[in-house]
Amino acid sequence: MSAATDIKTLVINGQDVSARPDQTILDVARENGINIPTLCHLDGLTDVGACRLCLIEVKGQNKLFPACVTRVEEGMEVTTESERLAKHRRTILELLFAERNHICAVCVANGNCELQSLSQELGLTHVRLPYRNPELNVDASHERFTCDHNRCILCTRCVRVCAEIEGAHVWDVMGRGADCKVITDLETPWGDKNSSCTKCGKCVQVCPTGALYEKGKVGIEKPKHPEFLPYLNLMREAQ
Amino acid sequence: MPPITPPALPSDDKRWKIVSGTMRRHGFARSALIETLHTVQSSFGYLDKNAIQFVARSLHVPLSQAYGVATFYHHFSLVQPGKHTITVCTGTACYIKGTEKLLGELEQKLHIKQGETTPDGNVSLMTARCVGACGRAPVTLADGELFGQVTSEQLQSELERWAIQ
Amino acid sequence: MNLEELQQIAASVHADNEQFDFEVNVCQGTGCLSQHSDQIMAQLIKVVAEKGAKVHVRKTGCMGLCAAGPLVLVEPENQLLQHVGVQHAESVITHLGKEPEKELQCNLREHFDQQVHVVLENSGRIDPERIDEYIARDGYEGLVKALTEMRPVDVVQQITESGLRGRGGGGYPTGLKWGMVAKAVSETKYVICNGDEGDPGAFMDRSVLESDPQRVIEGMAIAAYAVGASKGYVYVRAEYPLAVSRLTASLREARRRGFLGNNICGTPFNFDIEIRLGAGAFVCGEETALIASIEGQRGTPRVRPPYPAASGLWGKPTLINNVETFANVPPILRKGGAWFAAIGKGKSKGTKVFALTGKIKNTGLVEVPMGMKLRDIVEGIGGGVPDGRTFKAVQTGGPSGGCIPAELLDIEVSYESLVQAGSMMGSGGMIVMDDTSCMVNVAKFFMEFCMTESCGKCIPCRAGTVQMHELLSKICEGRASMDDLDLLIDLCGTVKEASLCGLGQTAPNPVLSTLRYFKQEYMDHIQNKRCSAGVCTMTHEGVTA
Repeated sequence: MSAATDIKTLVINGQDVSARPDQTILDVARENGINIPTLCHLDGLTDVGACRLCLIEVKGQNKLFPACVTRVEEGMEVTTESERLAKHRRTILELLFAERNHICAVCVANGNCELQSLSQELGLTHVRLPYRNPELNVDASHERFTCDHNRCILCTRCVRVCAEIEGAHVWDVMGRGADCKVITDLETPWGDKNSSCTKCGKCVQVCPTGALYEKGKVGIEKPKHPEFLPYLNLMREAQ
Repeated sequence: MPPITPPALPSDDKRWKIVSGTMRRHGFARSALIETLHTVQSSFGYLDKNAIQFVARSLHVPLSQAYGVATFYHHFSLVQPGKHTITVCTGTACYIKGTEKLLGELEQKLHIKQGETTPDGNVSLMTARCVGACGRAPVTLADGELFGQVTSEQLQSELERWAIQ
Repeated sequence: MNLEELQQIAASVHADNEQFDFEVNVCQGTGCLSQHSDQIMAQLIKVVAEKGAKVHVRKTGCMGLCAAGPLVLVEPENQLLQHVGVQHAESVITHLGKEPEKELQCNLREHFDQQVHVVLENSGRIDPERIDEYIARDGYEGLVKALTEMRPVDVVQQITESGLRGRGGGGYPTGLKWGMVAKAVSETKYVICNGDEGDPGAFMDRSVLESDPQRVIEGMAIAAYAVGASKGYVYVRAEYPLAVSRLTASLREARRRGFLGNNICGTPFNFDIEIRLGAGAFVCGEETALIASIEGQRGTPRVRPPYPAASGLWGKPTLINNVETFANVPPILRKGGAWFAAIGKGKSKGTKVFALTGKIKNTGLVEVPMGMKLRDIVEGIGGGVPDGRTFKAVQTGGPSGGCIPAELLDIEVSYESLVQAGSMMGSGGMIVMDDTSCMVNVAKFFMEFCMTESCGKCIPCRAGTVQMHELLSKICEGRASMDDLDLLIDLCGTVKEASLCGLGQTAPNPVLSTLRYFKQEYMDHIQNKRCSAGVCTMTHEGVTA
C-alpha cells in the first residue's frame, strides 16, 4: 500500500480539499489558505495540542478537535470558524492574559508578539477575568539572553526546540497546574557556569512572546525568525 | 550504545548503594526515573538537587527533565521533612466530616501552613489526597500511622507527645 | 497446572480447615488496622493457644462495614462481630458456637442482604497472601480454563457477551477494548492495571488489592492471553502501602504456583507483571498520563487518538483496565459471560462496588447489582443519615461527577442514568451529605481539587480552574455579584469543551450539577450574603436569617 496514492478528500468550511493521509487538518487548511489560530504549534516541532486555540468542529461529532494533531479522514466535514469556537478562543486568550503579567506597553515583544497579534485578530477587546498578578522572577544570568517568566504562556516551544532540534534538552517544565514553570537544568540560573545551554538561541527565536529575548534588543528592532525549523528538518532528512 | 558506566556515588553513605541497586535492577533504563526517585525518597526522606542530579546522570536523563518529573509528583518532597510528620487527609469524605477545621487548628497551633515544617524542624504539616480510609473519616496519619475518626483532642495530645520527645 | 491439580490444592486447603472446629477471620484492611486489629488478632491467637482450642485465626482483607470495625467474622456460623477490642479476645473464643456477647453482635441484615458479591466474594474470607486459599475458592479456574480450553478470540467473546464495562469511570465496553488490542498487529503488547485510585472518597480498588490480590492478577493474565501480551504492569498509588506489599507478596506466590512466568499451565503462554508506584498525581488515572508515568515521565495526558489500544506504552498496543474491571474477569470466565449479563439492568451489567461514606450510618464498601435504586443504597444498605439530620445530596463520580439531590433518589444506578442526572458513575465513590453541607462550598472543594491536580499542560484546565476557584471563593465569602455567576457559567462551558483530557473536561461538573439542583444556595450567597448550612464565613455583612 503506497501512502502517496491514498489521497483523502474532505471539506473545510464548505471548500473541497484533498490531503495525504498523514496530514493534519491544520496542514491541509493552511495549504488551502484557511487560517486557524495557533500558539503552541510551530512548523518543524512535534505538536502537543496544548493551547487549544486550533480547536475545530467536525460534522457529526459533538466534541471539538485540535486541528494540529487531528489527522484527516475521508469525507470529513470540518468547520474552523463558528460562534462557539470564537467564544472559546477568546476565553482562552483571556485566561492567558489574566494568568501572568502581560502588559504590552512595557514588553520587549510589543509589536512582535503572537499573543498580542492573535488577540487583535480574534477581536479580544477586554479581559473580563481578574488579573492574577503572580510574582515571578526574571532570569538575566545568561550572557546573551533573558528569560522573563511574567511573559511565559507555557507553550513549551522552547522545551521542544531544545530537545528535538538542538538535542540539548536544557529546558523542561517543572511543577504542575498553575505552578508550572519552564526551567533550565535543575531550576538553576540559565547562565550558570555548569549550565548545559549551548547558547544556540533557538529557544529565543521560537518563543511567541516576550518571555525569552535577546539582551539589548526590543521586539521591533529584532523580530524573531522561527522559520529555520522546517529547513533544519529538511536538511537533516536529506543527510 | 557504549557500555553504561554510572557516575560515582555522591558519597560513601550506604543509602546510595540502595539507590544504585534500584537503577541496576531496571537496567539503568530512563524509564526507571520515577522508581529510582521513590527509592531516594524512602532512603533519605526527600530529594535534594544533588540526588536528582546523580540519578539523572546515571540514567542519562536530561537534568531539566528529571527535575520536571520530581516536581510534578507531590509524593516527592524537595525539602527535608521535620522529625515528625502529621498528614491530614483532605479527601471528600474527610472534608464532609470537618477536616478543614482540624487542619486550621493544626496550622494555628503549629504556626505554620500546610506543606511547611516548624522552624525547629520538629513537625511537618502535610495534606494527602485521600488515603482510602474514607470509612473512618476524618483521617490523619501521624508518622505514617493511621488514625480514624480523629478529634482535635487526639491531635493535640499527639503533638504534645512529640514536643516532649 | 491443570484443573485437576487445582482441585487437589483446593482439597488440601479444605482438609486443613476441617481440622478446626471454628474459623475466626480478623479484618486486616486499612480501616480496621487503624484500630489495631493486628493486636486483636495476636491476642486471639494467644488465647487459642492457651486454651488449646481447635480454632483457625485467619488474617483477611476488608469485610466492608468499616463503620463497625474492627470486625471479626466467625465461621461456620457466619456471625459478624463488631467493635472488637483486644480485651474481647477471651470472650470471642469462649463464646464460639454460642451466642456472642450482645455488644459485639453485628446483625445488620438490611446492610448485607441486598448486596450481591462478585468482586468482593472473597474479601474478608481468605488470607490475601495465601494463594492456596484463593484457589480453594475457585481461584485460577478461569485462567486454566481459558488457557487449556479456549482460543484468545473465545475469551474476548465471553467478555463481550458479559456486557462488562470499564469500572474506572468512563464505562467503555471492556470486550470492545480487548478486541481492539487483540486485533492490533504487534510483536509486543502490554496489559496495564490502573490502580491509581485518585478519586477522593473512593477506596474500592485499595480494598480489592488488599483483600483479594490474586483475583486481579488472574484477571490480568486472562486479559494478556486474550490480547496477546506477555508483559503487564500494575500502577498503584504510593499512598496505599498495604496494597503494594500484599500485591508484591501475591505476585511472588503466583510465580511460585506457575500462574506467572513462562509456559503457564504447560502452554506456550508467557506472562509476568511488575508493580509501578504512583507518586501522588490524580491526573495519572487518565490512561495516557498513566502510560507517561510508567515511562518515567511527567504524567501529562496527550491527545487521543491514537488510543492506547493502537499506540500505548512505548508506542505499543496496550490494554488498560482498572482494578475492579480486572477483578470481574475471573468469575466471568469461570461461569460464562451469560451468567454475568444476567446480573444488572439495561446496558449496565454485573455489580458495582461503591465506597459509601460521608454522613451515613453504615460507612464502608458495598457491592450491589447495577440498576439498584439509589434510595435503596443510601437508606437501605447505608442505613440513612445519622444524628436525626436530613439528607441533602449524594455525590458520585468524584471531582468529575456531581451531586444528586433528594428528589432524584429513586433513579436506578447505571452509567446512563447517572450521566442523565448530571453526575457519573466514576470509580464508585458515594459521599452522602446532610443539611450541614453547603453545596457551593462542596463545588469549591472539588474545584480546588481539580485546580491543584491539573497537570498544567492545556490552558483551559490550568488557568480556567484557577479562575473558577477564585469565583467560587468569592461566592462563598459573600463578595460575588450576579455578573460573577454568569462569568462562572461561561468559564464552565469553555473548560468543559476545550480542555485536553477528562480531568479538565469534567472539572466543571460539580459546579454545573450543584447549580442545576441547588441554585437557590448560590443565590443566597450572592444576594443575601447568607450560607444556610452555616459552613461559609461571609466577609460581607448581609441580611440575617
